[in-house]
Amino acid sequence: MSAEQESIFIGIEIEEPAASDPELARKLEEVCPVSIFEATDSGTEIIASRLDECVLCGLCVEAAPAGAVTIVKKYEG
Amino acid sequence: MRFYEYEARKIVELAGIPVTEYGFCRTPEEARAAAEKIDGPTVVKSQVLTGGRMKAGGVQFADTPDEAATHAETILGLEINGHMPRGVLVDPKAEVKQEYYAGVVWDGTAKKPLMLFSDMGGIDIEQVAEEHPDHVGRGHISNLDPVFDFQAKQVIARTGVTGSQLTRATPILARLAELFREKDMLLAEINPLAELTDGRFVALDAHMEMEGEAVGRQAKLLREELEIAEDDTRESYEPSDFERRVKEIDASDHRGVIQGKDHNFDGNLGLVIGAGGGSLTLTDAVRSQGGKPANYSEIGGNPSVAKACGLAREVLQKDGVEKIAVMMSIVSNTRVDIVARGVIKACLELGLDPSETIAVFRIPGAWEEEGAKILDYYGVEYYDRSVSLWDAAGRAVEKVQG
Ligand code: SF4
Repeated sequence: MSAEQESIFIGIEIEEPAASDPELARKLEEVCPVSIFEATDSGTEIIASRLDECVLCGLCVEAAPAGAVTIVKKYEG
Repeated sequence: MRFYEYEARKIVELAGIPVTEYGFCRTPEEARAAAEKIDGPTVVKSQVLTGGRMKAGGVQFADTPDEAATHAETILGLEINGHMPRGVLVDPKAEVKQEYYAGVVWDGTAKKPLMLFSDMGGIDIEQVAEEHPDHVGRGHISNLDPVFDFQAKQVIARTGVTGSQLTRATPILARLAELFREKDMLLAEINPLAELTDGRFVALDAHMEMEGEAVGRQAKLLREELEIAEDDTRESYEPSDFERRVKEIDASDHRGVIQGKDHNFDGNLGLVIGAGGGSLTLTDAVRSQGGKPANYSEIGGNPSVAKACGLAREVLQKDGVEKIAVMMSIVSNTRVDIVARGVIKACLELGLDPSETIAVFRIPGAWEEEGAKILDYYGVEYYDRSVSLWDAAGRAVEKVQG
Protein backbone atom coordinates (compact mmCIF):
# COMPACT_ATOMS: atom_id res chain seq x y z
CA MET A 1 0.00 0.00 0.00
CA SER A 2 1.29 3.48 -0.75
CA ALA A 3 0.00 7.00 -0.57
CA GLU A 4 1.95 9.35 -2.75
CA GLN A 5 -0.88 11.19 -4.42
CA GLU A 6 -1.51 14.78 -3.19
CA SER A 7 1.94 15.03 -1.64
CA ILE A 8 4.91 16.81 -3.15
CA PHE A 9 7.80 15.83 -0.96
CA ILE A 10 7.03 12.70 1.01
CA GLY A 11 5.52 9.32 0.23
CA ILE A 12 4.94 6.42 2.62
CA GLU A 13 4.72 2.77 1.70
CA ILE A 14 3.41 0.05 3.96
CA GLU A 15 3.89 -3.54 2.88
CA GLU A 16 1.23 -6.22 3.30
CA PRO A 17 0.32 -7.89 5.61
CA ALA A 18 1.42 -5.05 7.94
CA ALA A 19 -0.84 -2.56 6.15
CA SER A 20 -3.93 -4.62 7.05
CA ASP A 21 -2.93 -5.26 10.66
CA PRO A 22 -5.34 -3.32 12.96
CA GLU A 23 -2.91 -3.65 15.86
CA LEU A 24 -0.08 -1.99 13.90
CA ALA A 25 -2.52 0.61 12.62
CA ARG A 26 -3.27 1.69 16.20
CA LYS A 27 0.46 1.89 16.96
CA LEU A 28 1.17 3.99 13.89
CA GLU A 29 -1.69 6.34 14.70
CA GLU A 30 -0.28 6.74 18.21
CA VAL A 31 3.38 7.33 17.35
CA CYS A 32 3.15 9.72 14.43
CA PRO A 33 3.53 13.29 15.80
CA VAL A 34 1.84 14.84 12.78
CA SER A 35 -1.16 12.47 12.49
CA ILE A 36 -0.43 10.96 9.12
CA PHE A 37 -1.92 7.52 9.99
CA GLU A 38 -5.47 6.62 10.85
CA ALA A 39 -6.39 3.24 12.30
CA THR A 40 -9.42 1.60 10.67
CA ASP A 41 -10.95 -1.87 11.01
CA SER A 42 -9.17 -2.93 7.88
CA GLY A 43 -5.76 -1.63 8.89
CA THR A 44 -3.82 1.60 8.34
CA GLU A 45 -5.11 4.47 6.30
CA ILE A 46 -2.60 7.10 5.22
CA ILE A 47 -3.93 10.64 5.16
CA ALA A 48 -2.39 11.76 1.92
CA SER A 49 -3.06 15.46 2.48
CA ARG A 50 -0.83 15.37 5.59
CA LEU A 51 2.12 13.52 4.09
CA ASP A 52 4.16 16.64 3.44
CA GLU A 53 4.02 17.41 7.16
CA CYS A 54 6.14 14.34 7.93
CA VAL A 55 9.05 15.40 10.15
CA LEU A 56 11.11 12.34 9.25
CA CYS A 57 11.29 11.23 12.89
CA GLY A 58 11.28 7.54 11.90
CA LEU A 59 8.96 6.49 14.72
CA CYS A 60 6.58 4.74 12.31
CA VAL A 61 9.46 2.77 10.81
CA GLU A 62 10.57 1.69 14.29
CA ALA A 63 7.05 0.78 15.37
CA ALA A 64 6.50 -1.57 12.43
CA PRO A 65 8.17 -4.90 11.66
CA ALA A 66 11.51 -4.41 9.89
CA GLY A 67 11.06 -3.21 6.33
CA ALA A 68 7.26 -2.91 6.54
CA VAL A 69 7.12 0.90 6.47
CA THR A 70 9.23 2.94 4.07
CA ILE A 71 9.47 6.71 3.89
CA VAL A 72 10.05 7.97 0.38
CA LYS A 73 11.68 11.35 -0.10
CA LYS A 74 10.50 12.34 -3.52
CA TYR A 75 13.18 15.00 -3.87
CA GLU A 76 15.87 12.36 -3.73
CA GLY A 77 14.62 10.42 -6.68
CA MET B 1 -2.54 46.47 23.57
CA ARG B 2 -3.05 50.20 23.92
CA PHE B 3 -5.66 51.98 25.98
CA TYR B 4 -7.52 55.23 25.62
CA GLU B 5 -6.82 57.78 28.31
CA TYR B 6 -10.23 57.27 29.94
CA GLU B 7 -9.52 53.56 30.21
CA ALA B 8 -5.99 54.11 31.52
CA ARG B 9 -7.51 56.46 34.11
CA LYS B 10 -9.94 53.75 35.14
CA ILE B 11 -7.09 51.22 35.44
CA VAL B 12 -5.14 53.44 37.83
CA GLU B 13 -8.33 54.20 39.73
CA LEU B 14 -9.00 50.46 40.15
CA ALA B 15 -5.48 50.10 41.52
CA GLY B 16 -6.34 52.57 44.29
CA ILE B 17 -4.50 55.57 42.85
CA PRO B 18 -6.39 58.86 43.35
CA VAL B 19 -7.74 60.51 40.20
CA THR B 20 -9.82 63.62 39.65
CA GLU B 21 -13.52 63.19 38.94
CA TYR B 22 -13.70 62.68 35.20
CA GLY B 23 -16.37 61.89 32.66
CA PHE B 24 -16.03 59.97 29.41
CA CYS B 25 -18.55 61.39 26.94
CA ARG B 26 -19.64 60.47 23.45
CA THR B 27 -21.86 63.50 22.78
CA PRO B 28 -21.79 67.26 23.53
CA GLU B 29 -24.82 66.77 25.82
CA GLU B 30 -22.94 64.20 27.88
CA ALA B 31 -19.97 66.60 28.03
CA ARG B 32 -22.26 69.37 29.31
CA ALA B 33 -23.66 67.06 31.98
CA ALA B 34 -20.16 65.97 33.04
CA ALA B 35 -19.04 69.63 33.30
CA GLU B 36 -22.13 70.49 35.35
CA LYS B 37 -21.28 67.66 37.73
CA ILE B 38 -17.69 68.89 38.06
CA ASP B 39 -19.10 72.35 38.80
CA GLY B 40 -16.07 74.43 37.81
CA PRO B 41 -13.64 75.06 34.92
CA THR B 42 -12.95 71.94 32.87
CA VAL B 43 -10.62 70.59 30.25
CA VAL B 44 -12.11 68.64 27.33
CA LYS B 45 -9.73 66.08 25.80
CA SER B 46 -10.01 64.04 22.61
CA GLN B 47 -9.86 60.27 23.17
CA VAL B 48 -7.63 59.00 20.38
CA LEU B 49 -4.89 56.39 20.28
CA THR B 50 -2.29 58.78 18.96
CA GLY B 51 -0.09 61.60 20.20
CA GLY B 52 -0.11 65.31 19.31
CA ARG B 53 -3.61 66.05 20.66
CA MET B 54 -2.70 69.42 22.11
CA LYS B 55 -1.09 70.68 18.88
CA ALA B 56 -4.01 69.45 16.78
CA GLY B 57 -6.57 71.25 18.95
CA GLY B 58 -7.79 68.07 20.63
CA VAL B 59 -7.47 69.57 24.13
CA GLN B 60 -9.60 72.62 25.03
CA PHE B 61 -10.34 74.48 28.25
CA ALA B 62 -13.87 75.48 29.24
CA ASP B 63 -15.17 77.79 31.96
CA THR B 64 -18.83 76.77 31.69
CA PRO B 65 -20.78 73.59 30.87
CA ASP B 66 -22.00 75.23 27.63
CA GLU B 67 -18.45 75.93 26.59
CA ALA B 68 -17.50 72.33 27.42
CA ALA B 69 -20.34 71.11 25.16
CA THR B 70 -19.20 73.38 22.31
CA HIS B 71 -15.60 72.18 22.61
CA ALA B 72 -16.79 68.57 22.75
CA GLU B 73 -18.73 69.05 19.52
CA THR B 74 -15.63 70.43 17.76
CA ILE B 75 -13.29 67.79 19.15
CA LEU B 76 -15.64 64.89 18.36
CA GLY B 77 -15.43 65.85 14.66
CA LEU B 78 -11.68 66.45 14.68
CA GLU B 79 -9.42 63.87 13.04
CA ILE B 80 -5.98 63.64 14.61
CA ASN B 81 -3.22 61.85 12.66
CA GLY B 82 -5.84 59.86 10.78
CA HIS B 83 -7.74 58.87 13.96
CA MET B 84 -11.29 59.92 14.76
CA PRO B 85 -11.90 60.23 18.51
CA ARG B 86 -13.86 57.60 20.36
CA GLY B 87 -15.20 60.33 22.64
CA VAL B 88 -13.98 63.10 24.90
CA LEU B 89 -12.80 63.11 28.47
CA VAL B 90 -14.13 65.96 30.59
CA ASP B 91 -11.82 66.67 33.49
CA PRO B 92 -11.75 69.38 36.15
CA LYS B 93 -9.11 72.01 35.46
CA ALA B 94 -7.01 71.16 38.46
CA GLU B 95 -5.31 73.70 40.72
CA VAL B 96 -1.82 72.30 40.38
CA LYS B 97 1.06 73.20 42.68
CA GLN B 98 3.61 70.91 41.04
CA GLU B 99 3.65 68.25 38.33
CA TYR B 100 5.53 64.96 38.71
CA TYR B 101 6.04 61.89 36.56
CA ALA B 102 5.53 58.31 37.79
CA GLY B 103 6.05 55.38 35.49
CA VAL B 104 6.94 51.72 35.19
CA VAL B 105 8.38 50.30 31.99
CA TRP B 106 9.60 46.89 30.95
CA ASP B 107 13.39 46.87 30.84
CA GLY B 108 14.16 44.30 28.16
CA THR B 109 17.89 44.31 28.93
CA ALA B 110 17.50 43.65 32.65
CA LYS B 111 14.36 41.54 32.02
CA LYS B 112 12.66 43.28 34.93
CA PRO B 113 10.17 46.13 35.36
CA LEU B 114 11.83 49.49 35.96
CA MET B 115 10.23 52.14 38.18
CA LEU B 116 10.78 55.74 37.12
CA PHE B 117 9.98 58.96 38.93
CA SER B 118 10.65 62.58 38.16
CA ASP B 119 9.85 65.84 39.87
CA MET B 120 9.57 67.40 36.40
CA GLY B 121 6.23 66.06 35.17
CA GLY B 122 4.04 67.14 32.30
CA ILE B 123 6.75 66.77 29.68
CA ASP B 124 8.27 63.74 27.95
CA ILE B 125 10.27 61.65 30.39
CA GLU B 126 12.83 60.99 27.61
CA GLN B 127 13.45 64.73 27.36
CA VAL B 128 13.83 65.07 31.14
CA ALA B 129 16.20 62.08 31.24
CA GLU B 130 18.35 63.66 28.55
CA GLU B 131 18.36 67.26 29.74
CA HIS B 132 18.04 66.80 33.51
CA PRO B 133 19.25 63.28 34.35
CA ASP B 134 19.50 64.15 38.07
CA HIS B 135 15.72 64.72 38.08
CA VAL B 136 14.93 61.11 37.16
CA GLY B 137 14.98 58.34 39.78
CA ARG B 138 15.12 54.71 38.68
CA GLY B 139 14.86 51.32 40.34
CA HIS B 140 14.11 47.78 39.21
CA ILE B 141 11.53 45.57 40.87
CA SER B 142 11.33 41.81 40.97
CA ASN B 143 9.17 39.88 38.52
CA LEU B 144 7.92 37.69 41.35
CA ASP B 145 8.23 39.33 44.78
CA PRO B 146 5.72 41.93 45.96
CA VAL B 147 6.61 45.59 45.53
CA PHE B 148 7.39 47.25 48.84
CA ASP B 149 6.79 50.92 49.54
CA PHE B 150 10.42 51.43 50.55
CA GLN B 151 11.52 50.52 47.01
CA ALA B 152 9.27 53.21 45.54
CA LYS B 153 10.43 55.62 48.22
CA GLN B 154 14.09 55.09 47.28
CA VAL B 155 13.34 55.83 43.62
CA ILE B 156 11.46 59.03 44.44
CA ALA B 157 14.05 60.17 46.97
CA ARG B 158 16.73 59.97 44.27
CA THR B 159 15.12 63.03 42.64
CA GLY B 160 15.49 65.06 45.84
CA VAL B 161 11.81 64.90 46.81
CA THR B 162 11.40 64.84 50.60
CA GLY B 163 8.85 65.39 53.37
CA SER B 164 5.11 65.07 52.83
CA GLN B 165 5.54 65.01 49.03
CA LEU B 166 7.73 61.91 49.39
CA THR B 167 5.24 60.32 51.76
CA ARG B 168 2.26 60.99 49.47
CA ALA B 169 3.94 59.99 46.19
CA THR B 170 5.39 56.73 47.56
CA PRO B 171 2.21 54.58 47.68
CA ILE B 172 1.20 55.88 44.25
CA LEU B 173 4.41 54.68 42.59
CA ALA B 174 4.29 51.40 44.54
CA ARG B 175 0.68 50.76 43.44
CA LEU B 176 1.55 51.63 39.87
CA ALA B 177 4.37 49.08 39.96
CA GLU B 178 2.06 46.46 41.46
CA LEU B 179 -0.57 47.13 38.79
CA PHE B 180 2.12 46.96 36.07
CA ARG B 181 2.94 43.40 37.11
CA GLU B 182 -0.54 42.18 37.95
CA LYS B 183 -2.06 43.48 34.73
CA ASP B 184 0.81 42.38 32.46
CA MET B 185 1.65 45.89 31.30
CA LEU B 186 4.57 46.87 29.12
CA LEU B 187 4.14 50.51 30.08
CA ALA B 188 2.23 52.19 32.89
CA GLU B 189 2.73 55.88 33.37
CA ILE B 190 1.06 58.78 35.10
CA ASN B 191 2.09 62.06 33.56
CA PRO B 192 1.42 64.42 35.09
CA LEU B 193 1.01 63.15 38.59
CA ALA B 194 -0.17 66.38 40.15
CA GLU B 195 0.30 67.79 43.60
CA LEU B 196 -2.75 70.00 44.02
CA THR B 197 -2.76 73.25 45.94
CA ASP B 198 -4.51 71.45 48.82
CA GLY B 199 -1.58 68.99 49.03
CA ARG B 200 -3.37 65.96 47.49
CA PHE B 201 -1.65 63.90 44.79
CA VAL B 202 -3.83 62.87 41.83
CA ALA B 203 -3.24 61.27 38.44
CA LEU B 204 -4.19 63.86 35.82
CA ASP B 205 -3.28 61.75 32.80
CA ALA B 206 -2.30 58.10 32.43
CA HIS B 207 -0.90 55.99 29.65
CA MET B 208 -1.00 52.19 29.65
CA GLU B 209 0.09 49.49 27.27
CA MET B 210 -0.59 45.82 27.93
CA GLU B 211 1.40 42.87 26.59
CA GLY B 212 -0.60 41.54 23.64
CA GLU B 213 -0.16 37.92 24.73
CA ALA B 214 -1.82 38.71 28.07
CA VAL B 215 -5.16 39.74 26.61
CA GLY B 216 -6.71 36.30 27.36
CA ARG B 217 -5.40 36.29 30.93
CA GLN B 218 -6.70 39.81 31.59
CA ALA B 219 -10.22 39.12 30.31
CA LYS B 220 -11.82 40.28 33.57
CA LEU B 221 -10.21 43.71 33.38
CA LEU B 222 -10.69 44.12 29.64
CA ARG B 223 -14.21 42.74 29.17
CA GLU B 224 -15.87 43.37 32.55
CA GLU B 225 -14.20 46.43 34.04
CA LEU B 226 -13.36 48.33 30.86
CA GLU B 227 -16.04 46.77 28.61
CA ILE B 228 -13.68 46.43 25.66
CA ALA B 229 -15.14 44.21 22.94
CA GLU B 230 -13.12 41.16 21.87
CA ASP B 231 -12.77 42.38 18.29
CA ASP B 232 -11.48 45.78 19.43
CA THR B 233 -7.81 45.04 18.68
CA ARG B 234 -6.44 48.57 19.16
CA GLU B 235 -4.10 48.34 16.18
CA SER B 236 -2.71 51.75 15.26
CA TYR B 237 -4.20 51.25 11.79
CA GLU B 238 -6.80 49.03 10.13
CA PRO B 239 -5.08 45.68 9.38
CA SER B 240 -4.86 44.82 5.68
CA ASP B 241 -6.37 41.65 4.20
CA PHE B 242 -2.83 40.27 4.00
CA GLU B 243 -2.25 40.89 7.70
CA ARG B 244 -5.59 39.43 8.66
CA ARG B 245 -5.07 36.28 6.61
CA VAL B 246 -1.56 35.69 7.96
CA LYS B 247 -2.93 36.06 11.47
CA GLU B 248 -5.63 33.49 10.74
CA ILE B 249 -3.08 31.04 9.35
CA ASP B 250 -0.95 31.50 12.45
CA ALA B 251 -3.90 30.96 14.78
CA SER B 252 -5.03 27.80 13.00
CA ASP B 253 -1.94 25.82 14.03
CA HIS B 254 -0.05 25.94 17.33
CA ARG B 255 3.30 24.94 15.83
CA GLY B 256 5.76 27.76 15.19
CA VAL B 257 4.95 31.41 14.73
CA ILE B 258 4.35 33.52 11.66
CA GLN B 259 3.57 37.20 11.38
CA GLY B 260 3.06 39.40 8.39
CA LYS B 261 2.77 43.17 8.08
CA ASP B 262 2.47 45.24 4.96
CA HIS B 263 1.45 48.65 6.29
CA ASN B 264 3.48 51.19 4.26
CA PHE B 265 5.18 48.46 2.19
CA ASP B 266 4.56 48.32 -1.53
CA GLY B 267 7.74 46.86 -3.02
CA ASN B 268 8.39 43.98 -5.38
CA LEU B 269 10.46 41.73 -3.12
CA GLY B 270 8.36 39.57 -0.81
CA LEU B 271 10.04 38.63 2.45
CA VAL B 272 9.69 35.35 4.32
CA ILE B 273 12.18 36.09 7.05
CA GLY B 274 12.77 35.79 10.74
CA ALA B 275 14.23 33.88 13.66
CA GLY B 276 16.40 35.24 16.42
CA GLY B 277 15.54 38.85 15.70
CA GLY B 278 16.49 38.44 12.05
CA SER B 279 13.44 40.13 10.59
CA LEU B 280 14.33 43.73 11.37
CA THR B 281 17.97 43.22 10.42
CA LEU B 282 17.03 41.61 7.12
CA THR B 283 14.39 44.20 6.23
CA ASP B 284 17.00 46.91 6.88
CA ALA B 285 19.61 45.01 4.86
CA VAL B 286 17.23 44.82 1.88
CA ARG B 287 16.31 48.50 2.11
CA SER B 288 19.87 49.71 2.65
CA GLN B 289 20.91 47.99 -0.56
CA GLY B 290 18.22 49.64 -2.63
CA GLY B 291 15.62 46.87 -2.41
CA LYS B 292 11.91 47.46 -1.99
CA PRO B 293 10.32 45.00 0.43
CA ALA B 294 6.70 44.13 -0.22
CA ASN B 295 6.13 43.25 3.41
CA TYR B 296 7.66 42.59 6.78
CA SER B 297 7.36 39.11 8.22
CA GLU B 298 8.46 36.84 10.99
CA ILE B 299 8.70 33.09 10.85
CA GLY B 300 10.27 30.86 13.45
CA GLY B 301 9.85 28.35 16.22
CA ASN B 302 9.48 25.43 13.83
CA PRO B 303 6.21 26.03 12.05
CA SER B 304 4.44 23.27 10.17
CA VAL B 305 4.88 22.95 6.42
CA ALA B 306 1.31 24.23 6.02
CA LYS B 307 2.09 27.34 8.05
CA ALA B 308 5.29 28.16 6.15
CA CYS B 309 3.41 27.51 2.93
CA GLY B 310 0.53 29.72 4.04
CA LEU B 311 2.82 32.68 4.77
CA ALA B 312 4.72 32.25 1.50
CA ARG B 313 1.45 32.00 -0.46
CA GLU B 314 0.15 35.20 1.06
CA VAL B 315 3.40 37.04 0.34
CA LEU B 316 3.53 35.73 -3.24
CA GLN B 317 -0.03 36.83 -3.90
CA LYS B 318 0.55 40.42 -2.84
CA ASP B 319 0.23 42.98 -5.60
CA GLY B 320 3.56 43.83 -7.22
CA VAL B 321 5.56 40.93 -5.76
CA GLU B 322 8.00 39.57 -8.33
CA LYS B 323 10.18 37.34 -6.20
CA ILE B 324 10.50 36.29 -2.59
CA ALA B 325 13.55 36.07 -0.39
CA VAL B 326 13.52 33.42 2.31
CA MET B 327 16.11 34.32 4.92
CA MET B 328 16.75 33.76 8.58
CA SER B 329 19.23 34.77 11.22
CA ILE B 330 22.27 32.71 12.10
CA VAL B 331 20.75 31.55 15.38
CA SER B 332 17.71 29.94 13.82
CA ASN B 333 16.61 26.61 15.28
CA THR B 334 13.85 26.31 12.74
CA ARG B 335 14.11 23.31 10.46
CA VAL B 336 15.43 24.29 7.09
CA ASP B 337 13.79 21.38 5.25
CA ILE B 338 10.34 22.15 6.64
CA VAL B 339 10.51 25.82 5.60
CA ALA B 340 11.92 24.79 2.21
CA ARG B 341 9.00 22.44 1.71
CA GLY B 342 6.56 25.16 2.72
CA VAL B 343 7.81 27.88 0.38
CA ILE B 344 8.34 25.52 -2.56
CA LYS B 345 4.85 24.13 -2.06
CA ALA B 346 3.46 27.67 -2.13
CA CYS B 347 5.21 28.34 -5.45
CA LEU B 348 3.99 25.09 -6.99
CA GLU B 349 0.41 25.58 -5.79
CA LEU B 350 0.39 29.00 -7.43
CA GLY B 351 1.83 27.63 -10.65
CA LEU B 352 5.19 29.37 -10.15
CA ASP B 353 8.65 27.95 -10.76
CA PRO B 354 10.48 27.88 -7.39
CA SER B 355 13.87 28.41 -9.03
CA GLU B 356 12.64 31.62 -10.63
CA THR B 357 10.41 32.82 -7.83
CA ILE B 358 12.64 32.32 -4.79
CA ALA B 359 15.40 34.90 -5.23
CA VAL B 360 17.50 33.47 -2.42
CA PHE B 361 17.05 31.01 0.39
CA ARG B 362 19.32 31.52 3.36
CA ILE B 363 18.38 29.57 6.41
CA PRO B 364 21.17 28.29 8.54
CA GLY B 365 19.56 26.00 11.06
CA ALA B 366 18.49 22.52 11.93
CA TRP B 367 18.34 19.89 9.19
CA GLU B 368 20.39 21.99 6.80
CA GLU B 369 21.49 19.02 4.70
CA GLU B 370 17.95 17.83 4.17
CA GLY B 371 16.92 21.35 3.24
CA ALA B 372 19.78 21.57 0.73
CA LYS B 373 18.59 18.38 -0.97
CA ILE B 374 15.11 19.87 -1.49
CA LEU B 375 16.48 23.21 -2.70
CA ASP B 376 18.91 21.47 -5.07
CA TYR B 377 16.11 19.35 -6.47
CA TYR B 378 14.03 22.43 -7.30
CA GLY B 379 17.00 24.50 -8.48
CA VAL B 380 16.66 27.18 -5.79
CA GLU B 381 19.71 29.39 -5.05
CA TYR B 382 20.55 28.91 -1.39
CA TYR B 383 23.16 29.94 1.12
CA ASP B 384 24.37 28.62 4.42
CA ARG B 385 25.78 30.51 7.41
CA SER B 386 29.05 31.29 5.61
CA VAL B 387 27.14 33.96 3.66
CA SER B 388 26.17 36.96 5.80
CA LEU B 389 22.64 38.30 6.15
CA TRP B 390 23.81 41.45 4.39
CA ASP B 391 25.21 39.54 1.41
CA ALA B 392 22.16 37.29 1.10
CA ALA B 393 19.86 40.34 1.18
CA GLY B 394 22.07 42.06 -1.40
CA ARG B 395 21.85 39.06 -3.70
CA ALA B 396 18.05 39.02 -3.40
CA VAL B 397 17.91 42.72 -4.30
CA GLU B 398 20.22 42.15 -7.25
CA LYS B 399 18.04 39.34 -8.57
CA VAL B 400 14.72 41.12 -8.21
CA GLN B 401 16.11 44.21 -9.89
CA GLY B 402 17.29 42.06 -12.80
S1 SF4 C 1 8.53 9.53 10.04
FE1 SF4 C 1 7.53 10.36 11.86
S2 SF4 C 1 6.34 12.07 11.09
FE2 SF4 C 1 6.88 10.84 9.32
S3 SF4 C 1 5.15 9.48 9.07
FE3 SF4 C 1 6.63 8.39 10.32
S4 SF4 C 1 6.02 8.84 12.41
FE4 SF4 C 1 4.95 10.33 11.11
